[in-house]
Amino acid sequence: MSLAELPTTTPEKPRPRRRISGVWWLIIPGALILLFSYLTPMLWVVRMAFNRFIGGGGIELTFSFDSFSEVFTDPYYLRVAGTTLALGCWVALLTVVVAYPLALFLARTTSKYKALLTMFAIAPMLVSSVARTYGWMVVLGNQGLINTVLDSLGLVDRPIQLSNNFLGVVIALVQIFLPYAVLAMSSGFGRLDTNLEQAAASLGANRITRFVRITLPLTLPGVLTAALLVFVLTISAYVTPRLIGGGRVFVLAAEIYDQATNQLNWPLAAALSMVLIIIFGAAISIYQILQRRVERRMSGL
Amino acid sequence: MNDAVANTLNRVVVGAIFTFLWLPILVIFVVSFDTSTFLRFPPEGFTLDAYAEVFSTPAFVSGLWTSLIIAVFATALTLIVSTTAALAFTRYNFRGSGGAQAFFLSPLLVPNIVLGLALLLFFAPLGLTDGYVGLILAHVVLCIPYAVRTIMVSLTTVDASSEDAARVLGASNFVTFRRVTLPLIRPGIIAGGVLAFLVSFDEAIVSLFLSGFAVTPLPVALLDHMETQAGPEVAALSVLLIVFSLGIVLIIERVLGLSKTLRS
Repeated sequence: MSLAELPTTTPEKPRPRRRISGVWWLIIPGALILLFSYLTPMLWVVRMAFNRFIGGGGIELTFSFDSFSEVFTDPYYLRVAGTTLALGCWVALLTVVVAYPLALFLARTTSKYKALLTMFAIAPMLVSSVARTYGWMVVLGNQGLINTVLDSLGLVDRPIQLSNNFLGVVIALVQIFLPYAVLAMSSGFGRLDTNLEQAAASLGANRITRFVRITLPLTLPGVLTAALLVFVLTISAYVTPRLIGGGRVFVLAAEIYDQATNQLNWPLAAALSMVLIIIFGAAISIYQILQRRVERRMSGL
Repeated sequence: MNDAVANTLNRVVVGAIFTFLWLPILVIFVVSFDTSTFLRFPPEGFTLDAYAEVFSTPAFVSGLWTSLIIAVFATALTLIVSTTAALAFTRYNFRGSGGAQAFFLSPLLVPNIVLGLALLLFFAPLGLTDGYVGLILAHVVLCIPYAVRTIMVSLTTVDASSEDAARVLGASNFVTFRRVTLPLIRPGIIAGGVLAFLVSFDEAIVSLFLSGFAVTPLPVALLDHMETQAGPEVAALSVLLIVFSLGIVLIIERVLGLSKTLRS
């Protein structure tokens, strides 16, 4: 037994205060960087949303809701916001459905390759999303892997449209965010106890009953966390909708970039990013309500 | 349904998911050796031309150097400010500690597209766009949450009693940090540095807003290139990037056990 394990030392106990004022010198360098290149710009972009665009890149410093009313009345921006929301929901739903069996398998497996398999599930996270989007362009394109295989099997007369549309973006984003969902789920699957399932089985519950009554409720918090994470990542995704969407899928992120750098309409870009933040906040609120409801039902069991 | 059938079914489903996960990555490898210059499948023949083209494309070569310079400086700056901040958060009790911690970790919650816009709007009037200073500062913001969290984990898991012992024996705060704490948390600092480096090296969105004609990091150069053409040279570059990232992680894993450091 090492010294550290002796019960005489209690590291949890609040350590005595030493030279309080000196502590801040440890924080100030990082805080200054964050203040200058994070907090002030974020506040500035909120302020910018209330300025007025006067054409040709000119901006009038004022306080108006012009940009917001443009966003909320122009059918084009409403459609863009709708597409972004729909994309977020579809990708979150499908990613969770695909990630769930994998996360469950990794949590339960007793294989000696468990660590290796987990690494295989997480490692694609390290691959640049630009590179993976390129891979999907090759797989989904009209002369790509899937269409070539279908064609050589004589299943289709002409290529099925899998890229340059909404479907292609959904497929690519599901794969890109899959490792994130698996990670978020596995950290929440700790409560999963195989003894409970075995007990239910010995009491005569069949596979489906066991899953619905035990496994699913115990894993639901992890599933919700994964869904929120993927939704949030999807609505702010830029690279994949732009490259696989092929100029046909318009999302908020692409619109923000276009308004900021090509149209130079900074107030509108700022207002659009506020819309993104609002969707973001709404998603987090819904998540917290659902999570609380799940917790309450669990404690009622 | 009996157990054997269910187990087989389970294996098939898990296998299919793994295939889905790795398919685009495997396809990139295959296409990068293809002789055809179009985006197509299956490949026509084997060649290394695409790799040669990567190194003869000026935008890629200068982009690589730009990305490396930014990543090195951003990582160094991130490690300095994150180590000191993590030390304050774990070794001292003070008013506002919780708030300051939340502030340091909060950039993780902001969508990169919004942060990129915010930095463009704020940095442009200051003349900080299309230059190294602006890009490095932006990357430091993105890297700080990862580094602070990794180093804090490391600081809370090492035994603080040896620091107390050093102080009892008369060492100053600085000497204690330099001779006792720093060697103990070195794995955590290296892991935080690797994460910061990878985050910076792979960052596309924020860099897209801040780069122009003079300074263009590799992911931005790659995106610009893919707007007009997406031949095997893109696959070759992607393969090189994959090998680079995995290489760094594997080296660290061998030297330090990164997964152990991250998990603890």
